[in-house]
Formats: sequence, C-alpha cells, structure tokens
Amino acid sequence: MTTPFYVPQEQVMKDKAEYARKGIARGRSVVVLQYVDGVLFVAENLSRALHKISEIYDRIAFAAVGKYNEFENLRQAGIRLADTRGYLYDRRDVTGRGLANAYAQTLGTIFTESNKPFEVEIVVAEVGEAAESDQIYRLTYDGSVSDEHGFVAMGGQAEQISTELEQRYSDGQPLGDMLRLAVDVLGSHGGQPGSPPRQLEANQLEVAVLDRTRPLRKFRRLIGPALEQIMTPAQQPQG
Amino acid sequence: MTSADGAGRLPAAFMTPGTPSFSDFLGSYAPDLLPGRRTPPSEPIEVPHGTTIVAVTFPGGVVMAGDRRATMGNVIAQRDIEKVYPADEYSCVGIAGVAGVAVELVRLFQVELEHYEKIEGTVLSLDGKANRLAMMIRGNLAMAIQGLAVVPLFAGYDLETGEGRIFSYDVTGGRYEEHAFHSVGSGSPFARGALKKLFRDDLQEVDAVTACVQALYDAADDDSATGGPDLSRRIYPVVASVTAAGFRRMPDDEVGGIVDAVVAGRMANPNGPQAPLR
Repeated sequence: MTTPFYVPQEQVMKDKAEYARKGIARGRSVVVLQYVDGVLFVAENLSRALHKISEIYDRIAFAAVGKYNEFENLRQAGIRLADTRGYLYDRRDVTGRGLANAYAQTLGTIFTESNKPFEVEIVVAEVGEAAESDQIYRLTYDGSVSDEHGFVAMGGQAEQISTELEQRYSDGQPLGDMLRLAVDVLGSHGGQPGSPPRQLEANQLEVAVLDRTRPLRKFRRLIGPALEQIMTPAQQPQG
Repeated sequence: MTSADGAGRLPAAFMTPGTPSFSDFLGSYAPDLLPGRRTPPSEPIEVPHGTTIVAVTFPGGVVMAGDRRATMGNVIAQRDIEKVYPADEYSCVGIAGVAGVAVELVRLFQVELEHYEKIEGTVLSLDGKANRLAMMIRGNLAMAIQGLAVVPLFAGYDLETGEGRIFSYDVTGGRYEEHAFHSVGSGSPFARGALKKLFRDDLQEVDAVTACVQALYDAADDDSATGGPDLSRRIYPVVASVTAAGFRRMPDDEVGGIVDAVVAGRMANPNGPQAPLR
C-alpha cells in the first residue's frame, strides 16, 4: 500500500486555475463591444463552420474562447435552456441573467468537482431597449461572473487588448467605428509576440451583432460584402 | 428548470451532445410538455375548432389566408382567432381542427425550426421542415382518434428552387405536396372549388390574395363554421405571404382594401366572379 501524498486544497485549485488559464491564452482573442445600437462581437477565426459567436435567443448572444468542444457543449446547453424556458413560459421570460447564472453554476461545479476544469471563457450579452439596459456578463473557467460595461476582451493576449481598449473605447459610437477599432486591436495584438501589427481581412474574422433596431430576433452575422463595406472607413466629404 | 434543480447548474440532459431537434430533446427531458404524450380523453369532448385555411402559389412565392372563426358545436367560440402563423422566416403554417392542440403544435413547431437553426448554424430545407411537421402530427395520432385532430396546411418559399410550395397533411402524419393551391378545414371543399376557377399560373401577389379572399367568401357562404369578412367589426382574414424577402403578415388596412373590393363585387353579383364556360 502506498499512501498518496498530501496535497493542500489551495495548491490543487491553483494548479487547476493555471492549467485553465494556459489553455485559454493559447487561442486567438474575441472582443465584445457596446455600440450605439447594440452589442458587437468580433473574433479572429479562420473557420467558416466552427463558430465562436452564436445566437442563443431573441436578445441574447454568446461568445467564447478556449477549447472548442467544451464551449460548444455549453453553447448547445444554453440554447436548449433558453428554448425550453421560452416554450414553457414566454419569449420575454428568457433573460441573459438567468443564462449567465446557469453557466456560472455549471462552470463552478465542474471546476471544483472534476479533475480537469473547462478551458473556456464566455461572454453572455443581452441587448435591451436602450444602451443603458444592455447587459454583458463575462464568465471564467471557475464560474466567476462579472457584469461588464463597454467592452470585454477574452483569450489570447486579452490583457494587452483590454489595456488598449481602455484608452480608445468610448460609449455611444456607431457600428463602423467600433468594428474598425476591434479589428485594429485584434490585429496589433494577435500575432507572434513582438511582431509588427497585422491588417486583418474580412475573411479572417467572425463578426456578429445584437442589433436592437431589428424586429424580434436581434442577432445577425455580418459576412462577405456587408462586412467589408462596414470595415471600410466612410469617405470624408470633400471641401 | 434550473431553479428547481437546487444547485442551479445546467441539468445533465442539457449538456449531453446529441439531437438538434427540440421536440426530441423535450421528449427525453420533459416528455409531459409535448402535445400528444398526454392521455387522451376517454369520450369525445366539445372544444373550439378552427375552420378554413387556403393557400395559393404565385411566381416567386405563396400566399396563405385563414378566416377568423372558431366554433364549438353550434356556438361561435371566437370571432377573431388567428389561424395562420409564421413557422420561420421562409415558411408559414395554417391550422384547422382542434384549436387548443393546434396552437400548441404550432408553438412547438416554431421552436423546433429555430432550435435547429441555432444549434446547427444552418436552416432546414423546406422538405425537411415539412417532414418534421408530419412527424409531430403523427405524434398526436392517439389524440386524433379521440376526436382531438389537428390538420395543418404548411407553405413556404423554397430557397433552393426559388418558388412557393404547399404541403397538406392527414391526421396520421401523411404529407402530400400540393400544386398551385390547396385548402383545409370544414369549408375547404367550397374554397377549393372557388380556387379551381380563379387560379392562373401568372398571378401577382395581390391577385393571389384576392383569390384567397374570394375562396374564403365562398367557404363562408356555404359552411356555417367558416366566418365571412366581418365588416362592422373590421375583422378580416389573416393573410400571410412568403417570398424571397421572407414572411410577411399583410397589415389589416391592406387586407381591408381587398376585402372591401370583393364584398362590393358580391353586392352586384352574389356568386362572385364568373369563369368562362369554355
């Protein structure tokens, strides 16, 4: 009989957290920004099929970084939860807060109870009638939730991106300006450490919005020519 | 739901990868929420019934219209019931039969299509949607045998072929594609007779709507369970059109204009427009 070594609980948690953090930092970044008509999601993602951004319900969307199979699992569970609730009660009774809570409990339980924590970080955003009622929840691998305002950057070099966004972000900007800002910060921080800023093209990006001006289902993906058009700065009027 | 699960975490059923079908998921997680899984009543009961739905295709889309009456025996249960619903962005569904079960079935069908779209990131083909609806009606067979039958009419714009298509069903879930036009419900023989004489294959959208309103007028003329246009209360048929631009419920004032013209025509000629004899 061998006696297992005693490992303090604190050390176990630290190791798990570090493991999860490393996994999340390996991927590319996602930024979520509020703009005047809603919430903008921009991810650096070369795949057309494996999405990092998704619609959950009428006013609610989801963005994630980390391990694909793990956040895809959470995304599907979220859609099932939202659709079941909306079917059982009413479409208006499905809220971002409820979903964020369920995710937080789930991630928290997995973090404490299983050997391997989920290597994911998630944003649940809900668009309201006006910018003041927009909600952005950020959930981390251990189930902590934070209520964010303005912008969130996750995955990859999230810290550097956040620092830059802090200086350049301001409330109530139009979609085009916010999209160009997001593309710019993703380009300047996503590459190899120390390499010059890259110019990201439309086909390297996954972009979606929750647009409060749309009827019923507010989620819309921006792809192809529509995306390129918004990414190009408007011509300055002559004279 | 999460609050009932104590800890508040997502139940295991939600985290199990698998079906993109909402009704299949609900069937395993909470089967009692599905219509058709309940014990049917042992003897016939009197419940509100919806009546006549008509649909007409035209180049580039399809129009569906339903009268506004629900009957319970000889009583008019409701005079402004809505029986034509959007199923998703490119299809619509009209219901005839037991109103309570039908409305629930439509709600489930709407969630089913949206759920698939969100999980899979792509929309079902029009045939796929029609087949899903057939399966849901089949699930209701036990209820149908006890007199609680639902017979929907499904129509949509096929994004692959660029045309409007109509599907009809029977209570066993049999699915039949209809060409040009179709009607279901108690007034349907009269409506279909009218459509037969009014249909042309070069109709404009507004002509297709007029044909539907004429057909519903004829159905109401001969079937006591179908409601005619209620001019005093300004209650008009629900009219939906599905084209490449998506589902559109025609606003009441637009339908009102067409209904007024049809009624005015009937003042002069109560049997409606006459088709050439040869």
